[in-house]
Amino acid sequence: MSIPLPAFARRWGAQVLLIGGLLVLWQILSGWAISDFFVSRPTDIFASIVTSTLDGSLPFNAAITAFEALLGFAIGGLVGIVLGVALGRSRALSDLLNPLVLCFNSLPKVALAPLFILWFGIGLNMKVALSAATVFFLVFLNTYTGVRSVSSELIAILRLMGANQRHVLTKVVLPSALTWVFTGLRVSVPYALIGAVVGELFASNRGLGAMLAQAQGQFDTAGVFAALFAITMLSLLLNAVVKIAETRMMPWQKQADEQATI
Amino acid sequence: MTAPLIVFTGVSKTFETARRTVEAVRDVSFTASRSEFITVVGPSGCGKSTLLNMTAGLFHPTKGLVQYDGMTLTDLNPRTGYMTQNDHLLPWRDVAGNIRVPLEIAGMAKREMADRVAVLIEMVGLTGFERVYPSQLSGGMKKRAALARLLAYDPETLLMDEPFAALDAQLRLKMQTELRQLCRRLHKTVLFVTHDLDEAVALGDRILLFSGRPGTIYQSIVSPLPPDRDLYHLRRDPDFVRVTGDLWDTLASTSTVEA
Ligand SMILES: Nc1ncnc2c1ncn2[C@@H]1O[C@H](COP(=O)(O)OP(=O)(O)OP(=O)(O)O)[C@@H](O)[C@H]1O
Ligand SMILES: [Mg+2]
Repeated sequence: MSIPLPAFARRWGAQVLLIGGLLVLWQILSGWAISDFFVSRPTDIFASIVTSTLDGSLPFNAAITAFEALLGFAIGGLVGIVLGVALGRSRALSDLLNPLVLCFNSLPKVALAPLFILWFGIGLNMKVALSAATVFFLVFLNTYTGVRSVSSELIAILRLMGANQRHVLTKVVLPSALTWVFTGLRVSVPYALIGAVVGELFASNRGLGAMLAQAQGQFDTAGVFAALFAITMLSLLLNAVVKIAETRMMPWQKQADEQATI
Repeated sequence: MTAPLIVFTGVSKTFETARRTVEAVRDVSFTASRSEFITVVGPSGCGKSTLLNMTAGLFHPTKGLVQYDGMTLTDLNPRTGYMTQNDHLLPWRDVAGNIRVPLEIAGMAKREMADRVAVLIEMVGLTGFERVYPSQLSGGMKKRAALARLLAYDPETLLMDEPFAALDAQLRLKMQTELRQLCRRLHKTVLFVTHDLDEAVALGDRILLFSGRPGTIYQSIVSPLPPDRDLYHLRRDPDFVRVTGDLWDTLASTSTVEA
């Protein structure tokens, strides 16, 4: 005799089982099939996370990385949105800047790290800049596409209602580009962290990237995994924040989603 | 008759796209007087929407002139309100919010705005749906919301592109009645596009029958029905029966099979 579980409970159960199984497998294989020097083992990693949390080094470094990533995310996102709207609204401007945009697009942003060290030194600024540069472009491109894809008929209808440029911008262009803006923000969350962490790997003694480099230098594989774990958690956290902002700012999307799932 | 408000003189419109050239309308001439209700009926693709677009000043003719109140249109025509074939509600605003858009643009006071929106929602029968987003409305409800938004800003000329096509027969009759009464009371000039002959005859003071593409005016019929006609009992009205019959005959004799 069994009571049928609701679908979400069954899905959760399956997910927990899968992850638990993988961890157990890892634990068993480590040291026996693969040297634990390369892959460490879940119990060691857990221990490493606990000690570095207790001695304060993990929260401290995580906070620094989070700060850099958040600041970079905010600056890059803001500039991306503003320029995306400006270029999306002005054909002349986007035609003019097109080659520049193309060049910057093809450049892997982390390759800017050495340049940013020259410009900003090896302090916090350089990581923020690297993070912002990466985020900027993704948000910019998405915002630009969003602004460009606004129905011209819709704009025409508004103009027939007597709307001026400001009305068109605030009542049609910005709201309809918002979905795209958020897509840009969501995909750039991990990149904000890439910027910060790569910056720290290059030159720093603080932050999760530095922790990563230090652990690696001491052949402390468990420490490396612990840092990776912390980076992943940060990324998930930032993602959740964007998601919450998204549902807050676009309630109509939620209603549409609810309808779609019924 | 009052002074002409909309004058089309020898208007042709050709669309050039990368792949092909389409002549949508050819040599169209007609005049709409102030507060005249004109219905435009014809087969799909004969340029009915194009005609409205040119009256709104969204497109300009390839040949000929479109004049509004004595002026040739060179830009958008802000004295027209357009209810397009796609309702184009703003998906991020609920019904009340959508109807508010033109009022916000006009800078109306909050209190006054709320009252006006309430009246309009009542008029189009959307009471109870004020806070619902367009994605959750039926096709007919979207049309009604779009109509309320159009009426909200009270434009001098209404351009309506198949506004009632998605409504059930009963509601359509109600809306048609409301629209005619409203337009008569407020002296609106209306260009009303439909592909429904009965609707065209029921509503129009004048009916423009278009031929297939390229659209030309095949017939212009002044309605024998009185201005204060009772739409609910038209089906038995001998004038109505005669005019629709004639139009059907005309259509039958002209319809050529398009490839
Ligand atoms: N912006 C445009 N670019 C290119 N071709 C167009 C454009 N607008 C309309 N056309 C073409 O012009 C012709 C007439 O279009 P229009 O929309 O005016 O027809 P319609 O009479 O409103 O048809 P329906 O009853 O199906 O709405 C069509 O062949 C259409 O493909
Ligand atoms: Mg059409």
